[in-house]
Amino acid sequence: MAYATIVGIEVVYAIATLILVSLGLAIIFGMMRVINLAHGEFLVMGGYAATIAVHHGVNVWIAILIVPPIAVGLIGLVVERAVIRFLYGRMVETMLASWGLSLLIVGLLTTIFGSSTEGVPMPLSGFTIGAYQASGYNVFVIAFSLLTLGAVYVLLRFTRLGLLARGTMQNAAMAAALGVDTTKVYAVTFALGAALAGLAGGVLAPVAGIVPTSGGSYIGQAFITVLGGGAAALTGVTSAALLFGSVGQAATFATNPVFGSVALLLAAVVLIRILPNGITGRYFKGWL
Amino acid sequence: MILEIDDLHAGYGRIPILNGVSFGVGEGEAVGILGHNGMGKTTLLRALVGQLPLTGGHLRFAGKEIGRDPSHRRARAGIGYVPQGRAIFPALSVYENLRMGYIPRGEESEEGTINDIRAIFPRLDKLLDRAGGALSGGEQQLLSLARALCGKPKLLLLDEPTEGIQPSIIEEIIEILRQLHRFQNLAIIVVEQSLDFIAQLSERVLLLQKGTITREVSPKQLANASLLDDLAGVGE
Repeated sequence: MAYATIVGIEVVYAIATLILVSLGLAIIFGMMRVINLAHGEFLVMGGYAATIAVHHGVNVWIAILIVPPIAVGLIGLVVERAVIRFLYGRMVETMLASWGLSLLIVGLLTTIFGSSTEGVPMPLSGFTIGAYQASGYNVFVIAFSLLTLGAVYVLLRFTRLGLLARGTMQNAAMAAALGVDTTKVYAVTFALGAALAGLAGGVLAPVAGIVPTSGGSYIGQAFITVLGGGAAALTGVTSAALLFGSVGQAATFATNPVFGSVALLLAAVVLIRILPNGITGRYFKGWL
Repeated sequence: MILEIDDLHAGYGRIPILNGVSFGVGEGEAVGILGHNGMGKTTLLRALVGQLPLTGGHLRFAGKEIGRDPSHRRARAGIGYVPQGRAIFPALSVYENLRMGYIPRGEESEEGTINDIRAIFPRLDKLLDRAGGALSGGEQQLLSLARALCGKPKLLLLDEPTEGIQPSIIEEIIEILRQLHRFQNLAIIVVEQSLDFIAQLSERVLLLQKGTITREVSPKQLANASLLDDLAGVGE
């Protein structure tokens, strides 16, 4: 029973991590159709923002939850104004530009921080379940990812900004003809996606050591989850994370982490083969 | 004059479509625009709302030059647009589509504005939770019109509002526009192929041929057979 509980927590933690890592990309790619190959680097910058804040004496909770989304959100705003806004609707050019941006970010981070691993102290201690030790922070990550998902849903569904963003993504020309400043909507939406990526990086900073090249380990999972989820940004990410997180973590427990990653990838390949438009291309149509 | 168009030029890339369009619309005036397919009717409206850049000429709205203004600024200045094909946001509900049309001007709240519009469009009032993409063509046309009116425009541009619409809804649209035109002094430009619709709604009709205005007629003259020969293909 205790072991089952531990396994259950780890499976849900894997799902929660996938949701956190993918949410920002779900906004930027899922809603805006911008292929942002620098998404992993946005997460890494969030981790570094948390690290710098902690090293400067900022409370660790503020350092991981408040500083990263603000910092990376602002960076995202600059990136959108300087680069991305000229490339909307041009997928190949966006891929090239964001890939170049990712290389630039990795280079800058390496120059500033070197290639040694940085980290943030674990703010929560573990607890025991039977004969097993569980991570209190993992439980926090689970709760926080649900909270973040809920907050983004409320923002998109019930606020005027969310309505304008959803309308603009469906038909920008018509939204503009109705008085919506679509350039501002695009900028704010991209910044939101970047902020969410930064937040994920901050939240995961105590769990995983950060090096400038850490982004590579996140980008694959994020794109697989968003693509597997389909058109509906939030429902898609949640349903895909449920599937891939469960399969990946179950395989990890049954074998080892390497096969766990392979199993996740295989699940994604099978899913796309069966549902080429992702889960929400067939199910949960009309959901957010 | 609410709208002054002076020697307007616009096109798609290197292909000129509007070759010096000039006309004016008075405050509260209803003007119809007739023309064959491909003569530039839709291009004209798209240029007026800012979806197509001008390559020459001047455009003044309420005395202010707007030819270089982006689309959203022209809408906020008071130009409403009901495009050909309706352009409903398909994944948004009817109520959310209406909310998209609301422009905060400090005069009335969003809820108050939408409630006023709901009173004018009882057919839509029963469909508020339905997705825009799930409506019939006629219902979408009513929604597109209602959405544009949520912005409280001073000038409303309509591009072929009767295309593919059942007669009962066409009558409903005519009646709504007449009421707004009469009681709220709403200026209207309507581009149409339906001579009957244009005749019922417009105070004067402009004929657009090869990107320029070639004639101005009164609605009664649309019954003239020789004029209809000129407009061969229109209204059939």
